Amino acid sequence: MAFWGGGFAGGWSHQATANAQAFRRGLDGWNDDELGKLYDHRVMVRLLPYLRPYKVRAALAFLGMVGYSVTSYAQPLLIGVAIDAAVRRPPDLSRLAGVSAVLVTFAVASWAFQLVQQTMTGYLGQHVLYALRRDMFEHLQRLSLSFYDRHEIGRVMSRITSDVTAMQELLTSGLLTVFADITGLSVVVVVLLTRDLQLALLTFCVVPVLLVVVLFWQQRARAAFVRVRQAIAVVNSTINEDVSGVRVIQGLAREDQNVRRFGRINRGNLDANVDAGRLSAAILPVVELLVAVATSLVIIAGGLRVLGGTLTVGVLVAFALYIQRFFDPIRDLVLQYTQFQRAMAGGARIVEVLDTRPDVAEPARPLTPADIRGRVDFDGVTFEYVAGAPVLRQIDLHVRPGETIALVGHTGAGKTTLAALIPRFYDTTQGSVRIDGVDVRQLSRTTLARAVSVVPQDPFLFSGTVRENIAYGRAQATAAEVRAAAEAVGAAPFIERLEDGYDSVLQERGRNLSLGQRQLIAFARAVLADPRILVLDEATASVDSQTEAAVQRALGLLLAGRTSVVIAHRLSTVREADRILVLEDGRIVEEGRHADLLALGGVYARLHRTAYETGAGSHAS
Amino acid sequence: MLRLLRFLAPYRVRLLAAVGSLLGSGAFVLLTPQLIRWAINIGVDTRQHDRRLLVVVALLIVASALLRGFFAFWQQYLGEWIAQRVAYDLRNEIYERLQRLSFAYHDRAQVGEIMSRVTQDVESIRMYVSMGLLRLAYVLVLVFVALVLMALSNLRLALVAWGFLPVIGTVGIVAASRLRPVWLRIQQEQGRLGTVLQENLSGMRVVKAFARHDLELRKFEREARALFDDSYRSTRVMALLSPAMTGLGALAIVATVWLGAHDIAAGRLTAGDLSAFLIYLAILQMPVRTLGFMVNISARAHSSGRRIYEILDAECAVREKPGAIELREVRGHVRFENVSFGYDLLSPVLKGIEVDAPPGSVVALLGPSGSGKSTVVNLLPRFYDPTGGRITVDGVDLRDVTLRSLRETVGIVHQDVFLFMDTIRENIRYGKPDASNEEVEAAARTARIHDFIAGLPDGYDTWVGERGVTLSGGQKQRVSIARTLLRDPRILILDDSTSSVDMETEHLIQQALAELMRGRTTFVIALRLRTVRRADQILVLDRGRIVQRGTHGELLPHPGLYRQIYELELGDQSERRGAALPETAAGG
Ligand SMILES: Nc1ncnc2c1ncn2[C@@H]1O[C@H](COP(=O)(O)OP(=O)(O)OP(=O)(O)O)[C@@H](O)[C@H]1O
Ligand SMILES: Nc1ncnc2c1ncn2[C@@H]1O[C@H](COP(=O)(O)OP(=O)(O)OP(=O)(O)O)[C@@H](O)[C@H]1O
Ligand SMILES: [Mg+2]
Repeated sequence: MAFWGGGFAGGWSHQATANAQAFRRGLDGWNDDELGKLYDHRVMVRLLPYLRPYKVRAALAFLGMVGYSVTSYAQPLLIGVAIDAAVRRPPDLSRLAGVSAVLVTFAVASWAFQLVQQTMTGYLGQHVLYALRRDMFEHLQRLSLSFYDRHEIGRVMSRITSDVTAMQELLTSGLLTVFADITGLSVVVVVLLTRDLQLALLTFCVVPVLLVVVLFWQQRARAAFVRVRQAIAVVNSTINEDVSGVRVIQGLAREDQNVRRFGRINRGNLDANVDAGRLSAAILPVVELLVAVATSLVIIAGGLRVLGGTLTVGVLVAFALYIQRFFDPIRDLVLQYTQFQRAMAGGARIVEVLDTRPDVAEPARPLTPADIRGRVDFDGVTFEYVAGAPVLRQIDLHVRPGETIALVGHTGAGKTTLAALIPRFYDTTQGSVRIDGVDVRQLSRTTLARAVSVVPQDPFLFSGTVRENIAYGRAQATAAEVRAAAEAVGAAPFIERLEDGYDSVLQERGRNLSLGQRQLIAFARAVLADPRILVLDEATASVDSQTEAAVQRALGLLLAGRTSVVIAHRLSTVREADRILVLEDGRIVEEGRHADLLALGGVYARLHRTAYETGAGSHAS
Repeated sequence: MLRLLRFLAPYRVRLLAAVGSLLGSGAFVLLTPQLIRWAINIGVDTRQHDRRLLVVVALLIVASALLRGFFAFWQQYLGEWIAQRVAYDLRNEIYERLQRLSFAYHDRAQVGEIMSRVTQDVESIRMYVSMGLLRLAYVLVLVFVALVLMALSNLRLALVAWGFLPVIGTVGIVAASRLRPVWLRIQQEQGRLGTVLQENLSGMRVVKAFARHDLELRKFEREARALFDDSYRSTRVMALLSPAMTGLGALAIVATVWLGAHDIAAGRLTAGDLSAFLIYLAILQMPVRTLGFMVNISARAHSSGRRIYEILDAECAVREKPGAIELREVRGHVRFENVSFGYDLLSPVLKGIEVDAPPGSVVALLGPSGSGKSTVVNLLPRFYDPTGGRITVDGVDLRDVTLRSLRETVGIVHQDVFLFMDTIRENIRYGKPDASNEEVEAAARTARIHDFIAGLPDGYDTWVGERGVTLSGGQKQRVSIARTLLRDPRILILDDSTSSVDMETEHLIQQALAELMRGRTTFVIALRLRTVRRADQILVLDRGRIVQRGTHGELLPHPGLYRQIYELELGDQSERRGAALPETAAGG
């Protein structure tokens, strides 16, 4: 039996899986490994309210389900009565007709009940699904960037897709099925008990055995299901990442290696699933056997009593039919048990997302000053991405409205980080950042976004048209305004050369444009937003010198009256700034105009010298 | 759909075993009613006072359950095994396909969409194989045998049951045909929702910067709403379908009871026969009830199969020729002969590109944004194939060599950096997983990133976030330079790979590279003259054509793009320098 093996390959991949898991857990503190409790009160309290708007429908669904259970479970009983009427000598035909009429009624009723139940459940389920997804999405929009630094997009996505689906199934059909099973079971128990106490007790006596077996089985199954979940998570995030990075992979000719590695990870998933499948299948023969034992007990005891004349055949037939019905819901409940755990775990993960507090939260009573003048102050700002490792230390910086300041410094000095504090992408660890004297923590998100625009170092474009991308910050902009913005940053010529001009469709991340072109569009987007404060983070680093020069000329006009923070490695672009700040290791070490800094003979002068020595000037020698 | 059978083919033996177990368990499922019938008939038949016979029947029932359980286990387990295996094979094939599909495919594909196919569509195929295909076979066998057995025991009653069958079948088929287009739409909508989500989450910085949560929410709501509508539609079809099936089943039972009871009354039938009959019907109810479900999942699997095959069948624009040769002992003589290229057929991006790069030379490409510099160098590792002309390395056409050996020869540092969510060490040795720590450090030193890494608390074992978010722009770029250098390629391409690095560091990197580039053919793309001046050959591109070529010294005297750029950058420098540093100017 070769397929019982695979242990070796499994061992391999479990290791890889475990490592990757451990890392991801360490990074974001999210634990995806738990299989939930059977009932998690916190989850239910949080998520049950999603059913509230549909109270009537939920009640109808419940009613339909109870009705369906009762009518369908009553069927064998009625059949028994019918048979008794028939075997009686002489046969009781009128009674037979009556019972048959009831049977027909019940069949129709059970159809109607089920129809109501399924329609309502479908309605509820889809509405709950939609509402949950929407709320999660809305909440995700509020979470701060530090959250996205730590959390893998693929994992966030799986919470909003598969976990939500699992939870929705639990809230609607899952809960109902359990109720239906319990109702059915109760009907059967009552009927059996009232029909014949002795036979009923005989039937029930296998139940404790079943319970013990199921409990024992649960212990093992639980671990198996945890592994299944882990394994598939790793499979999915591997695919996600390796598709996003496929260009690098092909460039480095890593495909074969990756295919092998993925094979191992995938194998781990297969093994975990097959193990779980074996466990699921193993419970079948046990239940089967117990049903048979119950049936034979009833047949021996019942048969003897029929022989002895103390039991009618009808009752015996009803019992034989009911035993099947008795074990069906039990079997179903066993299956539901793991479903429940899984869904509860999914629910816990949803609640975890919904309850994540944004590090950068909208103030309770946000200020919305009508007019921003553009003064920016940093007072004793210290910032850490990771606790204990300050990236900015005690920054004091005061920018007057309309002033242009430049930030220069070695790579990794903290320039981007400093700039990211102005639009409040992150909150300071110490000290405060103020705009027009108001702490950014008191400004509303929209006010802040209107006041500050950032042209980021790596431009991100959305799929959609060029126009939509440029107008992203101001949806109501006219075509002329969009064109003006594109012209200001020198993007217009190439856009107009595109096949559909401003209506050309960009692929995901704007991949069908060159990097320089993407950067220009991101630039135009910030310009169109018409902010009082403009942050240019290497905004023209990937743009050619001619375009850059053109942009710079245009910027002169554009920046007039605006406060601007320019980050650049090409010193030629920062020379015109009113003030240049040199950042070194998270501190401002030099400050002044170009000429002053050169005269100072410090870091700036050295940077400038490198540029000069290796630059265009040295040909003259 | 039929093509999915290919995925089942390797598991023929197990499939047969599964079908065998299925038949076995079916047989024992069908046997039980016969035993019960026998028992009840014994009970009723007062002439036959043999109590031992009852015990025998009871034991037989237990024995048959044991066997049935045995078969049920194997049926279920093997079914699951095969289904998981098919999903496994599908994932492997899709993954491999995705890894090999050329850039042209990935330019158009969306990650969210691909993910929805790899997850949801593969899952629905898995469900179909385990619960649809095998269960369907089981149900069909069960129904058929049960019907035959019923006919054998009482033809009249059997005819009643048979009468219901076509009705139920028709309902199922009608529902399936209604569901199939709905499922296709649902899956497309799931893909789109995934794409919107993926894009929103990856572009969160921009969303926040412009506070466009409202717009994003609208986009999301639109897709979620569409998905809602179609999902709801499918649940409505299902809500009509399954009760109808159960209801018809229940009616069949009533009809049987009615007729059967009359037969008993007339003495033509025993109670045992009737209960066996009813148990058969009860047994049939299960498949009938799940028939709705099976209709649903096979409709779903049908459209999932199509979506998966869209990936598996995608044309790979760059293919290896059969019998392609290994590129070995490369000297590094690269030639572009009248190469033209366009990303789509309509608009050519490169026209008549001629390049001759002798072994060990440094070729610089310069030109405005979008002039086609990256495009030129992307042809060299065959990320795309030229639409006209040819490219040779040491005289061999690129299309005649294996992709692997070509890409081992050509190392490229891409313009936009992509790092993996892994440690810095693993990122640097991504292209050469067996590299030693010393090699990794040497490459990091050349790329001037070693000191930074060494200064981190975890050093080379520091994890970087998705796409490298936890590093600064320049740090990412340098890690990616180190990653390519580690592979020690004969032909090196640097696509504007120091744009985010400060000048001093850039200068240091260049010095280190100069050492390294000796003996290698190197292509350097740069947007500033400063970086390209020392090249053996400078190609100036404009709108897809090489408009000027030569060394710095040759190009400078002629009016043209190069000179314009030069004057722009130089003018910029000397003018300021004149003002700020008179002494230096005087010295020059
Ligand atoms: N999201 C983050 N999480 C943790 N650390 C980060 C994060 N972003 C940046 N860092 C670290 O903070 C430091 C400063 O980074 P920052 O991006 O501000 O540098 P920079 O001066 O803009 O550099 P460059 O010129 O290369 O863009 C770097 O050492 C970087 O590794
Ligand atoms: N994947 C793609 N699909 C379609 N068109 C593309 C694609 N990539 C680039 N283009 C187009 O081809 C042209 C050349 O782009 P390329 O990336 O080669 O420019 P580049 O010279 O490298 O510019 P940059 O200096 O900005 O990097 C551009 O007009 C661009 O819009
Ligand atoms: Mg480029």
